[in-house]
Amino acid sequence: MAILSTREKLAILSDAAKYDASCASSGAGKRNSLKSGGIGSTEGMGICHSYAPDGRCISLLKILLTNFCIYDCSYCINRSSSNVRRARFTVDEVVRLTMDFYRRNYIEGLFLSSGVVRSPDETMGEMVEVARRLRLDEKFGGYIHLKTIPECSQELIEKAGLYADRLSINVELPTDESVKRFAPEKRPETIRLSMAKLREKMEEKAEPTLKTKTRERFAPGGQSTQMIVGADSTSDDGILKTSARLYGSYQLRRVYYSAFSPIPDSSAALPVRKPPLMREHRLYQADWLMRFYGFSQPEILQGSADGMLDLAIDPKLAWALRHRGLFPVDVNRADRETLLRVPGLGTKVVDRIIATRRHRRLRLEDVGRLAKSIAKLRPFIVAQGWSPGGLTDQAALRETIVSSCEQLSLF
Amino acid sequence: MQAEQLHLARHTARLVSETDFAGWRDAARVLASGGVAPEDVAWMVDAVENRQSVGRTIPEASEDKGTLTVPRAFIARAEAVICHSDPARFALLYRLLWRLRHEPKLLEIASDPDIRRFEAMEKAVGRDMHKMRAFVRFRKIGEGEAERFVAWFEPSHHIVARNAPFFVRRFTGMRWTILTPHASATWDGEILAIGPGAAKADAPAEDATEALWQTYFENIFNPARLKVQAMQKEMPKKYWRNLPEASLIPDLIAGADKAAKEMIARMPTSPAPHHAKVQARHWPARGEEAPDDGAKARSIAALREAAKGCRRCPLWREATQTVFGEGPETASVIFVGEQPGDQEDIAGKPFVGPAGKVFDAILDDAEIDRLKTYVTNAVKHFKFEPRGKRRIHSKPNAGEVQACRWWLDKELELIKPNLVVAMGATAAQALLGKAIPVTKMRGEVIEREDGLRVFITIHPSFILRIPDPADKEAERARFMKDMKAVKALME
Repeated sequence: MAILSTREKLAILSDAAKYDASCASSGAGKRNSLKSGGIGSTEGMGICHSYAPDGRCISLLKILLTNFCIYDCSYCINRSSSNVRRARFTVDEVVRLTMDFYRRNYIEGLFLSSGVVRSPDETMGEMVEVARRLRLDEKFGGYIHLKTIPECSQELIEKAGLYADRLSINVELPTDESVKRFAPEKRPETIRLSMAKLREKMEEKAEPTLKTKTRERFAPGGQSTQMIVGADSTSDDGILKTSARLYGSYQLRRVYYSAFSPIPDSSAALPVRKPPLMREHRLYQADWLMRFYGFSQPEILQGSADGMLDLAIDPKLAWALRHRGLFPVDVNRADRETLLRVPGLGTKVVDRIIATRRHRRLRLEDVGRLAKSIAKLRPFIVAQGWSPGGLTDQAALRETIVSSCEQLSLF
Repeated sequence: MQAEQLHLARHTARLVSETDFAGWRDAARVLASGGVAPEDVAWMVDAVENRQSVGRTIPEASEDKGTLTVPRAFIARAEAVICHSDPARFALLYRLLWRLRHEPKLLEIASDPDIRRFEAMEKAVGRDMHKMRAFVRFRKIGEGEAERFVAWFEPSHHIVARNAPFFVRRFTGMRWTILTPHASATWDGEILAIGPGAAKADAPAEDATEALWQTYFENIFNPARLKVQAMQKEMPKKYWRNLPEASLIPDLIAGADKAAKEMIARMPTSPAPHHAKVQARHWPARGEEAPDDGAKARSIAALREAAKGCRRCPLWREATQTVFGEGPETASVIFVGEQPGDQEDIAGKPFVGPAGKVFDAILDDAEIDRLKTYVTNAVKHFKFEPRGKRRIHSKPNAGEVQACRWWLDKELELIKPNLVVAMGATAAQALLGKAIPVTKMRGEVIEREDGLRVFITIHPSFILRIPDPADKEAERARFMKDMKAVKALME
C-alpha cells in the first residue's frame, strides 16, 4: 500500500466521519488557559467555527483515527466489506492536526472516533493516548469528545473520562432487531451495558472523594448517542420511545438523529435514496418537546394514525391541532406550563411573556413581535383585544397555517 | 437626522471614542440630575481628548448624586449596547436612563418600543462578538521565539476591546494580534494591548495549514444533505472574504447534486478483498445458536448466564440487563423482592439501591448470617416509565410475574432453601401462585404443597415511602421483628 500524506489521510478520515451527526462542543463547564499558559478554553456554549454547505455546524475536528474496521455494519461506510479507501492516522498526526487547527481558531476541539482494528482495547487505547497527550503534553484546554468502543476495558473508559469532556456510544438503530439485522456483529446488550457503566462512573465521580473532598474529573460534558433514522422501518413513535428510554436510563445529554444518508459502495440491504432530512428535523423538534416543553413521549404522537410525525408542520402544532379543546389559551393569565404548549411559543418567548405581563397586558401584536410567526399563534391564544373566535375549530386550520408559514420552503 | 439634532439640541455631550462608556455615564449622570430631557441632548464622538468641553455644554452637576439610581442590569447591558455602530445608541441609552428613574421595571417590558430597540442592539452586538469568536482566522508567521499569529477581521460593531479578553483566555500560550479596520488587539503572552485600526494588507497573506483546513472542509461536507440557506443563515456572505474555506463553497454547491447521485450510483458492489479474511478471523462462529433457556443449568452461575438473554416477556426491551439473584448456593434462606429498580438495572445486582440499603442495614441489625442468604427478585428486569431524566418504577403485571417464575423456580430448585421470605405482594404472588394480603398476613409462614415454607412480609421499599419519621421508625421496627423471626426460623 502506498504511503499516504497527512492531507490524504485527512481527506479519507474526515470523509469517513461525516455521517456522525454530533458536533456539539457545549456543556463542558468553564475552563481557560490563563493559569496553565497553554492553549484552549471552553466557556459553556460551544462555538460553530464554520458551516458546510449541508448547513451543519463545524465546531470540532471530527475524524476517525482509522477507518479500517473488523465490523460489517451495512449502514456504515467503513464496514469491512466496503471498498472505500483505508487510512490510519498516527497518534502524533492527530495531536498535531488538532493543535494546528485550534491555534488558527478553526475549531473548538476534537471529536475522535475510530473503526475497530484488531481489538477494541487496542483501538480505544490509542484514542485515549491522543487525549492524554493533548491534555498533558500540549496543555490543551479545548473540547475533546471521544467515541467510546463498547467492548473496551473499564480501565480505558476511566482514563477516557479523565481527559475527555464528553463520551458517547452510538446505539446505531432504534431497535435491537434492527441492530442485529444491519450490524450483525454488534451486540445491543453490550451497548446498553456500556452506557449504564458510563452513567455509573459519572455518578460515582460526581460525589466528592472521602480523602480530598474534591470531585474527580470524569467527562463533565456527559454522554450522548446517535440513532440512524430511515434505514429501518421503525416509526417516529418507536424512535421517540427509544429516546425517552435512553434519556431516562442513562442520563444522556443528547440523542442525535441522523437521517440515513446513502453512502458510496453501500450494502444492498439499505434504501437507496436521499436522506429524509425533514423527518430528522421533526424528530429533533419532538425531542425538544420532551426535554424542554414538558411533553411526555406518548403525548407527542397521541391520536396520530400511523405513529409518524407530520412533515409539513412542527410536532407541537400537530399536537395542538389534535387537542383543540385545550385552546385558546390566554397569554395574560395562563401558567408557564400551559403557555409552553402553544404552537409558536418557545421557552424564551414564554419567559418574556411572563415577565412583561406583570407590568402590562399583552396585545396580539406584542406577542407577535416576541414570537417569530403570528400566523401559527393566532388561532391558539387570547390576548388583550384579541380572541380567535371560531378560528380555533376551523376545519381547514392546518392548511391555512401551512400555506401562511410555508414551512417546507426552508428545505 | 443627526445634524438636525445638533442644531435643535440645547446640550451637546461629547465622548472621546465610539465605546467611551465612562464618558457616556458621567455625562448622562450630570444631564439627568440636571433635569435635561433626552430630546434636548445631542451626543457626539470627538477624537479630541477633551472631557472638559462635555462639562461646559451641560448644566452644573447637582449636589444630591444619590437620587440617580438605575438597575445594575441596565449598566451591564448598556456597556454592551454602546459597542453598537448605530450613532443613535447614546441617545437611546440616555432616554432609557431617563425613563428608568420613573419606570424602574421598564427593562422587563419586552413590548416597549425603546426596550425592543435596546434588546435588538444588545443582540446584534452579542451576535457580532460571537461571530468574531467563530470566524477570526489566525495565520502563523515566524518560527520558534519569533512565532506569532495574526488575523484580519471585519466586525460590524465596535467590539474588539470587549471581545479581546476571550481570545486571551483561549490563546494564552500564543502571541497574537487581531487587526480590524477600527481597532486592533495584541497579546504578547503577558499584556493585552488595544491599538488603532489597520488594513487587510497588514496581515499575513497566507498560511500553509489552510490547505489542510480546506481539505477537511471539503470532506466533512455531505453532498447528499445540501442545505445552502441553513449554512448562509449562520455564516452570512459578508464573512466569507476572510474565511479560507469559503472559496470552496460555490464549487461544493455546484457539484453536490452530481456527487450525491454518484454516491447512489456507486452502490452496491462486491465485498472488499480483505473482507472474507476479517470475517474468518474475528467472527468465526456466527451460526444461529438456539438461546439457552437454562433448563439444563446445574449451577446458579450457569443459570445466571442463561438468564442474560431471557426473552420470556417483553420487559428486556426497555431494561439494561437481567438482574439475577446473588448469594451462595448453599444458602439456607432466599429473600425474594419484587423487581430490580433504577440502580439495580444499572449495576446488574439486586438490592443495591435505596431499598437495598435499608434491607442490608436491617439484616445486619438482626444479625442474620449473610453467608446463609441468597437475594433475588420475582421479576428480573426493571419495569419503568421514563419521566425526563428519571425512571418511574411500574408494577410488573401477572403475565410478567408468571413468565419470570421460570427463573425463580430454578433458583429454588438449585439452592433448596429451608425458608423463603416473600417481601411484598409480587414476591408472594410469584411464590404462592395467588394474590394474598401481605400487610394482614405479615409474619405468617405458609407451607406450599411441595413443603417449602414461605415467610410473608412487606417489601423494604415500603419503609422508604412513609413520610412521617415516627411512622417510618415504627415500620422499620416491625420489619426488624420480622427479620428476627426469620433468623429464628433459619436455625
